[in-house]
Amino acid sequence: MSPLSITSRTLAAALGGYGLASLSAMALAVTLPMARDQAVIIGIMVALLLCSGAAIWAFSARSAWRAWAGILAPGVLLGGLYLWGLPA
Amino acid sequence: MNKSFRQSMAWLHTWTGLLLGWLLVAIFITGTSAYFREEITLWMQPEVHDSTLQPGTIDMALAALNAKAPDARSWDISLPGPRQTAAELRWQPAKPPEDGRRHRGEQILMDADSGEVVAPRATRGGNFFYRFHFELYGIDRLWARLLVCLATMFMLIAIISGVITHKKIFKDFFTFRPGKGQRSWLDAHNATAVLALPYHFMITYSGLLLFMTLIMPWGIDAAYENDRRSFFSEVFSRGEDAAQPGSPGEMVAIGPLIEQTETRFGKPVERIQITNPNRDNAQITLRVNRDPAVTDRQRGGDPTQVFQGNTGELIDTHIPANDPVSPGWRIYNFFTSVHMTRFADPLTRWLFFLFGVAGSAMTVTGMLLWVSKRTQQLRRDQQPDRALKMVNGLNMASITGLMLAIAAYFLANRLLPVTLAAREDREIQVFFIVWLVSLVHGLLRPNRHGWIEQVAAASLLWFAIPVVNIFTTASHLFTPLAWQHAAIASFDLVCLILAALGGHTLWRLQRKPLPAKARRAPAPRPFNTTNPASEQPAGESP
Repeated sequence: MSPLSITSRTLAAALGGYGLASLSAMALAVTLPMARDQAVIIGIMVALLLCSGAAIWAFSARSAWRAWAGILAPGVLLGGLYLWGLPA
Repeated sequence: MNKSFRQSMAWLHTWTGLLLGWLLVAIFITGTSAYFREEITLWMQPEVHDSTLQPGTIDMALAALNAKAPDARSWDISLPGPRQTAAELRWQPAKPPEDGRRHRGEQILMDADSGEVVAPRATRGGNFFYRFHFELYGIDRLWARLLVCLATMFMLIAIISGVITHKKIFKDFFTFRPGKGQRSWLDAHNATAVLALPYHFMITYSGLLLFMTLIMPWGIDAAYENDRRSFFSEVFSRGEDAAQPGSPGEMVAIGPLIEQTETRFGKPVERIQITNPNRDNAQITLRVNRDPAVTDRQRGGDPTQVFQGNTGELIDTHIPANDPVSPGWRIYNFFTSVHMTRFADPLTRWLFFLFGVAGSAMTVTGMLLWVSKRTQQLRRDQQPDRALKMVNGLNMASITGLMLAIAAYFLANRLLPVTLAAREDREIQVFFIVWLVSLVHGLLRPNRHGWIEQVAAASLLWFAIPVVNIFTTASHLFTPLAWQHAAIASFDLVCLILAALGGHTLWRLQRKPLPAKARRAPAPRPFNTTNPASEQPAGESP
């Protein structure tokens, strides 16, 4: 891997992965159809797995661009889900 | 990039592993000791060893509290059990001190035989390692915890990418090629990783969950509209605060209440809490140990009966099995309870200790493998470069150096004068000075000689602990007292086992002749070498 690719992937893994995980925790917390304390804890448990999953994806994708795309796309989806689930 | 998926995983595994490997080794080793933190603290306070639960202990404890703090807001008595020999008495003073120590209250230890207050030597005991494993020492608590969480996340990534790297993971597990240098370290790394794989995943993932409000609070903010306190009170409620003290009043004799509770639950009462003692609204709460059920709530899950203090009337019974726990929290409770082995009986605790040892061995062998692989790739006439030497030296400090420092901490506990001022800080200073010396030594001698010297010193110190114990305590291995409380004798035995393991390692290291002459040969070393010289754990510089 070239230094540029490693830097880009590292940023995708760290910032992108954590951002994706945070969005999933927020989206699940407000959309899961159950008591909110349960939705929160399930959201956190999923988010922590997603965080490590995203890091692995960032280094296994065929290019740094794909790595970013694979993190940003579900991130946008989760962000939309969160906005949709927010109490009006 | 035309690398295969597995190759990129191997790359990720190697570099995430190295980056925080040293920290992870320290977290794993100190965290493993934390399974026995109460036993370690017990061992480090020999003044309380000669104490056993008696029928009169409860009355003596109440008398001691009446003498010390008759007007306290609450009393709390923990009776001796398998993990402690003395009775622990705590109370919340009527007027809390204004120096910010509001919730801690006062605490003394009482000899369960004589009812006398015992003042053991000042020590942080096993709690030092316990706290070190998630907030290190001497740096800001918040940043230290974030750093440990980051290392834990790296570990989780290293575990998952490690599993992917080893496609034939279960076949690899049955492959062990001892005495073959780098291959042996690889096999040992794989075996310890696979053997305890569910444990490794559990311990890292639950470690992150335990700090979820620090590292991932955004879901709470989203669902609770930035009101984290209402989340905590909904989830981790600790019950209401005690009522304001009433007017002075007599309390009933506690004996019959204890008998009734023990008959009801079929277990001995372990803990007695009295709110507003010596008042007409006193409440007596009696708890027995709960049955081990890992998905219970973490706090307050013990079977409990609450009595009115002035009449002895039963006013509340709590049986945790009747608490509904929702599925999401059951999973959370499962992971965090297993991490802290809250539910464990002694045998299970030993099992987890062994898993922790396997985890430590996995991180250690991984670090050794990193150096060993790069050393073997050197041509015979090549010297290890500075980076490789530095990694080797840091490995030494993080592995043998930490074991040296822990042994020194225990020895300091026995050898420092009992009345020394700030004694508990001195013990910790000894720990860090020895660790620092081993770091300097490791960086100066990042070769086989360095390893041999540090392993020898560590074996010597671990062997010295039970020996020094003979001359400094009345509860060493040759006394019945040590065996009466299994934890005390076990501590000394573990020291001897560690010394023996160190001695074995030393013997293996010494057995191979130093390969100074062999290295002059100009031919490149074949990759699959079975050269006995390659068995040293790490690189060397002649």
